[in-house]
Amino acid sequence: MGKKIYILVFVVVCLILPVNLYSNVNTSLSESNVHDDKEEGVNVQEIIFDHILDSYEWHITTFGHKHISIPLPVILYSKHSGWHIFLSNKLHKNGGSYKNFYPAPIDHPRAGKLLEKMPDGTFVRPFDLSFTKMSLSVLLNSILLAILILSVARWYRKHLDGSGVPGKFATAIEFVVMMVEDDIIKPCVGKNYKKFSPYLLTVFFFILISNLMSLVPFFPGGVGITANMTITMFLALCTFIAVNIFSTREHWREILWPDVPVMLKAPIPLMQVIEFVGIFTKPIALMIRLFANILGGHMAMLVLTSLIFIGFGVGKAMGSSMTFISVFFNTFMSVLELLVAFLQAYVFTLLSAVFIGNAQIEHHTQ
Amino acid sequence: MALLLPDGGLLFWTLISFGIVFFLLAKFGFPVITKSVEKRREFVQSSLEGAKEAQIKLLNLKQEGDALIESANNEQGKILREAAAERDKIIKVAKEQASIIAKKEFDDAKLQIAKERDEAILNIRREVAMLSCDIAEKILREKLSDKQTQMEFIEKMLGEMSRQNKLSN
Repeated sequence: MGKKIYILVFVVVCLILPVNLYSNVNTSLSESNVHDDKEEGVNVQEIIFDHILDSYEWHITTFGHKHISIPLPVILYSKHSGWHIFLSNKLHKNGGSYKNFYPAPIDHPRAGKLLEKMPDGTFVRPFDLSFTKMSLSVLLNSILLAILILSVARWYRKHLDGSGVPGKFATAIEFVVMMVEDDIIKPCVGKNYKKFSPYLLTVFFFILISNLMSLVPFFPGGVGITANMTITMFLALCTFIAVNIFSTREHWREILWPDVPVMLKAPIPLMQVIEFVGIFTKPIALMIRLFANILGGHMAMLVLTSLIFIGFGVGKAMGSSMTFISVFFNTFMSVLELLVAFLQAYVFTLLSAVFIGNAQIEHHTQ
Repeated sequence: MALLLPDGGLLFWTLISFGIVFFLLAKFGFPVITKSVEKRREFVQSSLEGAKEAQIKLLNLKQEGDALIESANNEQGKILREAAAERDKIIKVAKEQASIIAKKEFDDAKLQIAKERDEAILNIRREVAMLSCDIAEKILREKLSDKQTQMEFIEKMLGEMSRQNKLSN
């Protein structure tokens, strides 16, 4: 009986919700797209890129014709005209442009970024240090992470001798922390694990929280920072530094003079080249893996959501049936993404730990 | 393409945000938690070992107690048995001694009685002999007033006496 009611509610929500959303998206699209104001229908590409790409303001929601967004500081330095610092709502008032700065069109390699119009009519990209939506999201996630861990650590600071029983929340965090510590860091890094454990734990929780927050559909979530190449590149860079700066002498010897037959390394440094390339491919693989996995999941969910609007563009019956399919698959995708959120954090940490552990080898005593 | 190009501004802000959080967590966050948990593990481990040891000790103590009780029981039995044996021995010796003494007394008494009886018999015989001699004297004084009868009587007596001697032998 209970199950039947749930299914009924689900069907009713599926039928009622999209009509409302449809009107919303139509208006918001027409508002945000000043240039394509008269164009009918839904531009799926724009919806997806609007969601995935960085932007100068954080658009939260739209009530009727009123946009609610957080204005963020735009910081630009141009060789031609010097520093420009202003809030992003000025861009919005002027239809996307401010002074000589215009947003790059969608076919430009830097789509959405501000370009400066030179006196000779060409567009040049200024040095852009703006505190964007992604930057704010990184900051918010970092603050959330810090609050989460430090509030838990406060209890442990009072019980450093191992006495007492932590609360439920602290126990849950402790469980995850010790899982990462015992299952990943200790076996993969080896005996120097204490030096790298704070970094690996921070990376794990940072990615996990970012992934989970990106699945929350409203502020302060909804921004997929781990689906952004810059963030994953930064994290991979951190691992690169942890691997290569703190590596042992033996690690470098194995790269420069590996234990292989001499003909493979002596006249032509074949192995050395392979090993050297390997130093860079490992973090690049980390970067691409996290980026592609999270981006793929978000894109799939966005496309599934857009199916509703495409369906309603065709007709009411098509839209209603598409709603069923979309909501069903989106529910499935959301659950899958929860798993992926954890899995990718786990994999990134695991591989980072393995790379660090490989660089911590000692000389073989024979 | 915009998806794949890293952005310098975002990289800068990420570096600052992540860097500060990493510093905070590496100094006040994770090491505190892991250290406390490791300490707790050690504590639990040592407590478990302590409990195990205590249990073993208790078991040993119990076994020792049992052994003590058993040996005490054995000792008691032994002592009781020895006491019984001692008692029996004493009784036996006492009995033997008593019987020896009794026998000796009995024998002494017997000898005494025999001696007294012999003496008594001797006395009686003496008395009887005296009496008979007296009586015989008196009788003879009366009867043997003449010579004839005296001789006849002497003959007769002698005959009797010889007969008596033959009988007693």
